[in-house]
Amino acid sequence: MTYWHSISPAIPEIYLGCAICVVLLFEVFVGLKRPGATSTLTLIILAVGAALTLRYSNVSQHTVLFDGNYVVDPLAFVLKIAGFLFAAMALIYSRLYLENRNILRGEYDVLSLTALLGIFVLISANSLITVYMGVELLALSLYAMVAFDRESGVAAEAAMKYFVLSALASGTLLYGMSIVYGLTGTLDLEAIAIQLHSPTSLGVILGLAFIVVAVAFKLGTVPFHMWLPDVYEGAPTSVTMFIGTVPKIAYFALTLRLLAHGLAGTSADWTLMLTPLAVLTLIVGNVLAIVQSNIKRLLAYSTIGNVGFIVLGFVAGTPNGYTAALYYTLVYVLMVGGSFGVVLLMSRKGFEADKLDHFKGLYQRDPLLALVMLGLMFSTAGVPPFVGFWAKLRIFQVLWETNHLWLVVIAAAMSVVGAFYYLRIVKLMYFDAPPENLPATLRPHGARLALGLNAAAVLLLGILPGPLLDLCGRLIH
Amino acid sequence: MHAHLLSVLIWLPIGAGIAVLLLGDRYIAAGRWLALAASVATLVVSLLMLAAFSTQTAAYQFVETTAWIPRFNAFYALGVDGISLPLVVLTAVMTVPVVIAGWTVIKVRVAQYFAAFLIMEGLMIGVFSATDALLFYFFWEAMLIPMFLIIGIWGGPRRVYATIKFFLYTFLGSVFMLVALIYMYVKVGNYAIASFQALPLTLVEQRWIFFAFLLAFAVKVPMWPVHTWLPDAHVEAPTGGSVILAAIMLKMGGYGFLRFSLPITPDACRELNMLIITLSLIAVIYIGLVAIVQADMKKLIAYSSIAHMGFVTLGAFVVYEIVRATGQTQGAGMGMDGAMVQMVSHGLISGALFLCVGVLYDRVHSREISAYGGVVNTMPIFASFMVMFALANAGLPGTSGFVGEFLVILATFKASFWYSTLAAVTLILGASYTLWMVKRVVFGPVANDHVAQLTDLNGREFLILGTLAVLVLVVGIWPAPLLRIMEPSIHHLVIQAVASKIPL
Repeated sequence: MTYWHSISPAIPEIYLGCAICVVLLFEVFVGLKRPGATSTLTLIILAVGAALTLRYSNVSQHTVLFDGNYVVDPLAFVLKIAGFLFAAMALIYSRLYLENRNILRGEYDVLSLTALLGIFVLISANSLITVYMGVELLALSLYAMVAFDRESGVAAEAAMKYFVLSALASGTLLYGMSIVYGLTGTLDLEAIAIQLHSPTSLGVILGLAFIVVAVAFKLGTVPFHMWLPDVYEGAPTSVTMFIGTVPKIAYFALTLRLLAHGLAGTSADWTLMLTPLAVLTLIVGNVLAIVQSNIKRLLAYSTIGNVGFIVLGFVAGTPNGYTAALYYTLVYVLMVGGSFGVVLLMSRKGFEADKLDHFKGLYQRDPLLALVMLGLMFSTAGVPPFVGFWAKLRIFQVLWETNHLWLVVIAAAMSVVGAFYYLRIVKLMYFDAPPENLPATLRPHGARLALGLNAAAVLLLGILPGPLLDLCGRLIH
Repeated sequence: MHAHLLSVLIWLPIGAGIAVLLLGDRYIAAGRWLALAASVATLVVSLLMLAAFSTQTAAYQFVETTAWIPRFNAFYALGVDGISLPLVVLTAVMTVPVVIAGWTVIKVRVAQYFAAFLIMEGLMIGVFSATDALLFYFFWEAMLIPMFLIIGIWGGPRRVYATIKFFLYTFLGSVFMLVALIYMYVKVGNYAIASFQALPLTLVEQRWIFFAFLLAFAVKVPMWPVHTWLPDAHVEAPTGGSVILAAIMLKMGGYGFLRFSLPITPDACRELNMLIITLSLIAVIYIGLVAIVQADMKKLIAYSSIAHMGFVTLGAFVVYEIVRATGQTQGAGMGMDGAMVQMVSHGLISGALFLCVGVLYDRVHSREISAYGGVVNTMPIFASFMVMFALANAGLPGTSGFVGEFLVILATFKASFWYSTLAAVTLILGASYTLWMVKRVVFGPVANDHVAQLTDLNGREFLILGTLAVLVLVVGIWPAPLLRIMEPSIHHLVIQAVASKIPL
């Protein structure tokens, strides 16, 4: 293996690292004079990054680099492409929103890119150290993003909460990792996988418990979910959208690499730990979403409910289960990204469309936006012909394959509960008359086109779900 | 040439619906004609299919199979047999009057109104013609979206409550059916309904699956005690919504019992048939009594629908009692024949009655029985139609309503004298609630100024009601062709339903 080949699959991360420096300099010399230029540059950078990833990171097999700390495989490749795509989506949707709040500054783009870099590191992590680096890089960028609107007290409060709780979770993660390291003498996830078998010692279980808690916190499962609604509500909506979309891919990768691969030998133990968490998450997320009156809080609880489904995929503990979780994650990010996009376009300068009441009569004010939201809500509720249906179906399938009768029943019942609050949004948009004093929705062409494509994808992937399902299956097996 | 007729039937109305939606309210004149043309074209294609249908075989005809989701072994597989074909044609027949009835009455979001009904039509035909369970479920659920919007946008004052109740009730039922379908998929490896029907299942498994199906289909039929969404939805739905709801959507529950419950879980059905028979008899008698006291015409017809659909479930499940009583399968299919005829007939009659109420509502804007009286004095032609449909609803010989009920009662008689006696009570109850309503609405002296100012049917209304009246009479006087179409499939179904599937 030549020197070039030993680093070329890591081009996406190396490129992103350099690009971040370029964006910083660009902001200082150009961006300050021409607001928005940096944002455009970032989009170009993301597009070039995706192209470079396609060219260099498109490996056909599992490749380990940097002394076993870093891994590239088809899964990592696809997740990185998805990361570029969803990060670009997030930036396109938020541009006008940021401009209206005078926070369209280069630092926002830089933070998005560092978060993305953290996500990539997590996706390709093959040792405990790399995992931790990814987690921290991502988390630090997100804290700063939440507090980005420095005039907003709520945002600062949310950032503080997020920081304190998340630091605690990072501590738990480190502590768990140190126990595992102490027992196995290695940081390499593949070596750990070989060394740890069932039945496991008490020490391993202890370390595992700490790791599971940290992972559960990152995913936002009950009872480690408390930060999620507050952060979603307090952060500027564009940041909420970012937190709600791209990092989910990373947390999926974290769970997969750390629990499903690295600690595969203890899968009987961690599935046992995750089962009650998944059930609680499903119930609490879906039931509490019903009583929310703030759309951001509602989407936060909806996220919690949906994370319950993703965790169920891991509870199944089979490659099919991980496939289902991967499919669910990608589909969910696509849907929730669109939903936040709608919320962003409904907001104006000096007006935050974050109450459910602001959806009233949206159909009469902006039929296309209402139609997009209609599709997204039915999709999230899991009604065909939209893609959300297949995500739920896939989870039900793997639970049956692994004979989890009661989990299927609970998941099915909770998807009906969930349908209620999605329907309520449709009801507000289509059946209620618009109030007098709501400002008109925003109509930037770029964001609306992207939103249209997003909704079209939700419909098309729902009618012809085969290709994406196949892709996810191939990536895991 | 018949290769893609079913696809045409499904996608022609959906495509036309999307086109109408795109034309929007600005070009609504063109949209209306497009909607009418599409619904008539669908009807013509469905009639072509009826003409080309072979009555010699129980196998699916007009079969189409294309790979859809290779990973799940799911196919875009369509086909009709003697059980689904009448329902497909019924769907195509009933959509035309719905389009015509909404011609001038609907004032807001007109394009979407027509689009919703056309898309519904395509999806409903999809439900009846899918031979792959996943495709079936896909259409079955997708249909909820347009119906949710139809009731919620164009409905009456309490429409939001009604439509959310409707959606959640049916969604709850369907989700558990999906869970059962996936369970069988995991065992058999594909989603073909035929392979589910051939899959051996223990009694315990069958019981679970039976209840999952029951939840889905009983809500749709609807059976007592999960019927409460129907009166609410009907009262609040616009006329077209009520017609589609009563004429077709309820039939999906009955179709589900015949296509899924009986052939897939025959042993559980045999074991639990008394449950269904009891619930059906409660629906027939108790709901019949409830119907008598209704003050709202639509609510009355809604309750009457529940009672009549009780006959469908009774006819479908009485087969086990017949076999038990007579010891042979010969003639055991009579109850299913009755159930099928009852579904077609109820589709026509209830649709027509809702259209009649719509005619009155458009003029007076009230559905209360007490707001009318003596309508015959000002609307003689309308009155004769309404009386005719009312008599058909009460099961007058010579109308389609009689054939279905009579066949079911006759079949029930083979099983037990007492069941048939109880079932026959409907002839009294049906006559009481329908005729009493007609008496109060149509006959007597002119009750108030509104009635005095009524104008009789216009040409459009006459055309719709006239056509339906002819169909009701044709099926009533000469049901043989309909029975012949169903014959081989019903025969096949009886064999499936009485054969045990428990692995030895």
